[in-house]
Amino acid sequence: MSTENSMKKETHHLRRMATIWVILSVAADLLFMFWVAPHVPPGTMTDTARANQFDFNVLFLMAFPVLIGVWVYMGYAIVNWSAKRAGVPEPVGGPAARGNLKAQVSWIVVTSIVVLFLAGFGTVALINGNGSGGGEGPNPVWMPAGSAKAETAALTSSASWTPGSNQVLVVQVIGQQWKFTYRYPQFGGFESPQLILPNNTEIAFNVTSLDVIHSFWAYQLSVKADANPQQNNVAYTKTAQLGNFTVRCSELCGIWHGSMYNYGKVVSQSNFQNWATTTEAANAANTKNLPPFAWTYVPDANGAAGGYYIDGNVTPYSQVETYGAKQPAS
Amino acid sequence: MTISAERPTEVAASSVTPPVQSGRVGWTQRPGWMSQHLGTAIVLGIVGYLFGHWLGHEITGDYAYIQNSGQNSSANFFALLFGVVGWLLGIGALNYPVAKLFGREPNQEPTVEGWSKYFRYTLDHKVVGLQYVVGVLLFMFTGGLLAMAIRAELLNPTTHLFGPGTYIEIVSEHGTIMMMMATSIIVGPLGNYFVPLMIGSRKMAFPRIEAFSFWIFVAGYAVIFSALPYGGFPTGWTGYAPLQTQAGPGMISYLFGFAVIGMGMMAAGFNIAVTIINNRAPGMTWSRVPIFVWSILATAALLTLATPTLFAAGLFGILDKTAQTAFYVSEHGGSSYLWENLFWFFGHPEVYIMALPGFGIVAEILPVFTRKPLFAYKVAASGMIGVALLSFFVWQHHLFQSGINPDMRPLFMLTTELISIPTGFIFLVGMGTLYRAKIRFEIPMLFAMALFFNFLIGGVTGVFLSDVPVNVTVHGGFFVLSHFHYTIMGGLLFAFMAGLYYWLPKMTGRMMNKKLGLWHFWTMFIFFNLTFFPMFIIGLLGQPRRVFTYAKNLQGLNDFSSISAFLLGLSFLLFFANLMYSMYIKPVKAPANPWDSLGLEWQTASPIPEYNFERIPVVMTDPYHYSEVGAPPVADMGTGAPPVVSTTSGSSPA
Repeated sequence: MSTENSMKKETHHLRRMATIWVILSVAADLLFMFWVAPHVPPGTMTDTARANQFDFNVLFLMAFPVLIGVWVYMGYAIVNWSAKRAGVPEPVGGPAARGNLKAQVSWIVVTSIVVLFLAGFGTVALINGNGSGGGEGPNPVWMPAGSAKAETAALTSSASWTPGSNQVLVVQVIGQQWKFTYRYPQFGGFESPQLILPNNTEIAFNVTSLDVIHSFWAYQLSVKADANPQQNNVAYTKTAQLGNFTVRCSELCGIWHGSMYNYGKVVSQSNFQNWATTTEAANAANTKNLPPFAWTYVPDANGAAGGYYIDGNVTPYSQVETYGAKQPAS
Repeated sequence: MTISAERPTEVAASSVTPPVQSGRVGWTQRPGWMSQHLGTAIVLGIVGYLFGHWLGHEITGDYAYIQNSGQNSSANFFALLFGVVGWLLGIGALNYPVAKLFGREPNQEPTVEGWSKYFRYTLDHKVVGLQYVVGVLLFMFTGGLLAMAIRAELLNPTTHLFGPGTYIEIVSEHGTIMMMMATSIIVGPLGNYFVPLMIGSRKMAFPRIEAFSFWIFVAGYAVIFSALPYGGFPTGWTGYAPLQTQAGPGMISYLFGFAVIGMGMMAAGFNIAVTIINNRAPGMTWSRVPIFVWSILATAALLTLATPTLFAAGLFGILDKTAQTAFYVSEHGGSSYLWENLFWFFGHPEVYIMALPGFGIVAEILPVFTRKPLFAYKVAASGMIGVALLSFFVWQHHLFQSGINPDMRPLFMLTTELISIPTGFIFLVGMGTLYRAKIRFEIPMLFAMALFFNFLIGGVTGVFLSDVPVNVTVHGGFFVLSHFHYTIMGGLLFAFMAGLYYWLPKMTGRMMNKKLGLWHFWTMFIFFNLTFFPMFIIGLLGQPRRVFTYAKNLQGLNDFSSISAFLLGLSFLLFFANLMYSMYIKPVKAPANPWDSLGLEWQTASPIPEYNFERIPVVMTDPYHYSEVGAPPVADMGTGAPPVVSTTSGSSPA
């Protein structure tokens, strides 16, 4: 077989594969874009969810050509170059079969461009999304405007939130075996087993735990932050739709981990205001017995058996100690 | 570079006499029940366990986990410690070092012939390799049974089969035993057996350490399951503190189990690394080293460098639970983040400890069944080294939502994306090798091709996980569960099967039955995908890992996955049946080189002589000169037999 002939054959194979690849990839991407993409989790209930859904879809649209490229190649090889198929030419060894500089360099260049693009894209999405709803630790570097002020104010008894004021709502999520409870510092620091949120509002979740590591996962809000004992883990989102959402623990936290879930609700700002003030008043007597609102709670010295909040005498709270030197500016 | 084909004289002179075993013939040489073997190891292990338990109660009886229950973490720790020491004493692993310690001439290890050498502290790497095959299959079948139990519970969205305590115990044991198995499944059986044969060595660099790594690996199995009488441990295989600190004495089995397995991993790692670096035959230059050996070298480096972190982390945990230290207790100055950091600092290299040998096997057998040279050999080797290096810089992608170093997330996102470049080289190599080949679809080749299918899905979903905004949804759910089953089971386990079907004829002299093999392959491939692909969707729809209750609308998908999983379990029984049938019931004698391989391991006599090569071979070229007319033979075996040259024949082997 002459070299020219074999070169011709080579382009023939590659061209055929490329054609199949392009057709299938475009078809898969179009089908996905119009048929599946709008339904991809986590949905559109918050700005964060919408942004993360977009991120998800970009990855899917890039993944299909990669998957299809390899599968088309493998399928083509299986069909055309099987020893059982009649007329398969004897393979050629030698230097040409041992490597091809052009193929190797372009493979490395293309994969590098793809992954560097994805890393850059993910980073931009992470920063623009104020942490994309993920736990950012006690001192978030990427935060929405006004959240530092609201967070600092939350530690004082004068903190407040009113509808239409564009203020950030601070919600503390407390994980313990095996439930989540929520404190609202802007409403007197009452603690509720229900997570109710106002619509069109920037929320700052401050997630902590009283015992082991849990993970606060509000699926439809696209918020996930581990609840670590004696650590504050902040995550932001902005609600955009009314409706119910699911909260599940997504870090193994002991035998009843599987039943550590509840449901939350996004309601209108005025309905939220009504609920919060009513609950604050109804819970006032209980709230007095709770430790003062703080980012973390040190279990009582005798609390190892589960007796947190035994008599209200928790370890004295210091802002600097628990929040670090890098407190949000007031 | 060319190496003279002339045989160095000193090699020729020393090649007839086997390497000298040091030591005198003593009581270890007694036949039968009088010497040391598995039986004495079990007896002394039990004696040690009981003694340690008694001792622990004597020392720390006041610290009972539950009053008057006999449940005491310290007692459990001492029991396991003395149990393992007794086990090692019983098998004879300590004879040599202890004798040396006291300046005495050590007894020679037993040189038993026949089947009983498989139950003893035998120094032949081929015996250790076969011992490992049985060992990892034991791990795998136990872990697989536990997986069946998990899927049985998940048939129903509420708890129906096990209580939540039992369920979490099963989940934790499944994860831990499978992870331990996966670290050794290729390095142990195939690495130990074939690395010396492939580099032209007569033995491992440290045969005693090699035997030690196997026997302590088996002890790890017993240690992990010693948690069962204590109700297991509730932490999954990740063992996060403070749940770890809060757990009962069963937790000690997990912590000490990882320390024990860790010792075996470190020992196996540096033994293999030293062997590959120092024991290569003349002419086996780095550019001729088989790609499987490169992968094992990269893995060995990871085993040696990453495992000490796990070992230390485990000991800290044991101290927290017994001596009341506070490494991981935040109330007393420790940090739960410390465990997460240490565990994943080991845990991510660990992932590549599992992936790399799989790539090695596939790249090794592709040329044999495509009758073509390996494409881009140097890219493949450098990719493996690149993966090994980068794997130390990605661990915090497991902790994106934990609040740990949140400002570093872009960096770990970048390193994680970057590692997919060298990982992707395996696809370049595979696709290049397949190009215009003449593919023989033998069973090993089918499993190798399946790796490309499965690992592609595993790899692409890994990129999803590395993207922080997407990670918010998929972290800690069934999506990530499915992802790592696609990489480890779909990659590593398929590669292990490819390697087993490929090399068992050389190891045992018997062919695996092809018809049963086909049934095994297709059922395993189909039901693996049917089991785990729905789990991506289950995860996307919001089901977290390790739960026994889930949303009612996910029952259909979960049931589908469960039923597929049971059928996947049957596929493993089929494999077991094939193994029994082909090896014992109706063995068919294997030809000396059934796949027409050029690999050095196939050129030595069959069955393999005790010292592998009658004469140390002089390697002339790399073993991938398929379809090359006039290529030099792979090695001069020095036996006077005509050297094996490449054939251009594409015809299927008989």
